[in-house]
Amino acid sequence: MQSRREMLKRSAGVASLLAGLGLLPQAAQAAFNTAAFEAKTMVDLVKALGVSAPVLSKDVTLQGPDIAENGAVVPVSCATTLPGVKQLLILVEKNPSLMCAMFDVTDAVEPAFATRVKMGQSSNVMAVAVMSDGKVLYAMKEIKVTLGGCGG
Amino acid sequence: MADPMRIRAQAAGDKTTVRVLMSHEMETGQRKDSSGKVIPAWFIQEVSATLNGKPVMSGQWGPAVSKNPFLQFTVKGAKAGDKIAITWIDNRGDKRTDEATVS
Repeated sequence: MQSRREMLKRSAGVASLLAGLGLLPQAAQAAFNTAAFEAKTMVDLVKALGVSAPVLSKDVTLQGPDIAENGAVVPVSCATTLPGVKQLLILVEKNPSLMCAMFDVTDAVEPAFATRVKMGQSSNVMAVAVMSDGKVLYAMKEIKVTLGGCGG
Repeated sequence: MADPMRIRAQAAGDKTTVRVLMSHEMETGQRKDSSGKVIPAWFIQEVSATLNGKPVMSGQWGPAVSKNPFLQFTVKGAKAGDKIAITWIDNRGDKRTDEATVS
C-alpha cells in the first residue's frame, strides 16, 4: 500500500513537472506565430492558437468606421472591460489571412488597443479577447470598404 | 535602416496614453509590380513596449496592418518623466527601438 501511494504521489509530481515544462516554452515563446497569421478560416485560426471557439460577448468592444473610404488604412480599436484578458486579436474575415494583429495583455496596460489595418473588401471585422480562464469572446462589426487595400 | 518612430506618451491621472507611428512599408506579399512579379512580403512581425525597461506589452502583427503603422495603447501607473520604449522587429530581421518620455 505504502509503495503504491508513493508511486501515485511521484507520478503526480512527474505530471505536474511535465505540465510545467509544456507550459514554459509557450510562455517564453516570442517567436512569430506563422500558423495563426496564415490561417484562412476561423477553424484554422482557433486550431493554430490552441484556444476554444469564440463566443459573442457584449463586454468586448470593437470600434471602427461604418464605411471606410480607403481600405488600405482602416482605423480600428478593440477593448474589453473584463479583467483577466490574456490576448486581444483583430481579425478581418474576408482578408486573405484572417488575423491582422495580436496583442499580449499584461497587468501594466489596459486591454485596449487601436491600430490601422488593411481590408481587401467590405467585411466583418472582429475583436477577439482570449481570457486567462480559457474563454474566448468576440465582438463583430461590419465595415464597408469603397476602395480595397490589398490590390496593386 | 528604417526611419525613427514618432512616439507620444501623455499621462492623465494614473493612465498614460501612448501613441506610436512607425515608419514601415508593410508589404503584404500579395501585390505585383509592373512586370507582374509578386513583391515579397515585408512587414513588422513583433512589437513590444517597455516602461522604464520593464516590458508592459507585446504584440504580433500580420501583413494586414497598414503601411506606416499606428498603434495606441494605455499604460497604467506611469508618471511624467518615465521612459517608454517601443521596439519592432520585421520579417527580414530588421529591428528598431525608439524611446519617449511620458509628459
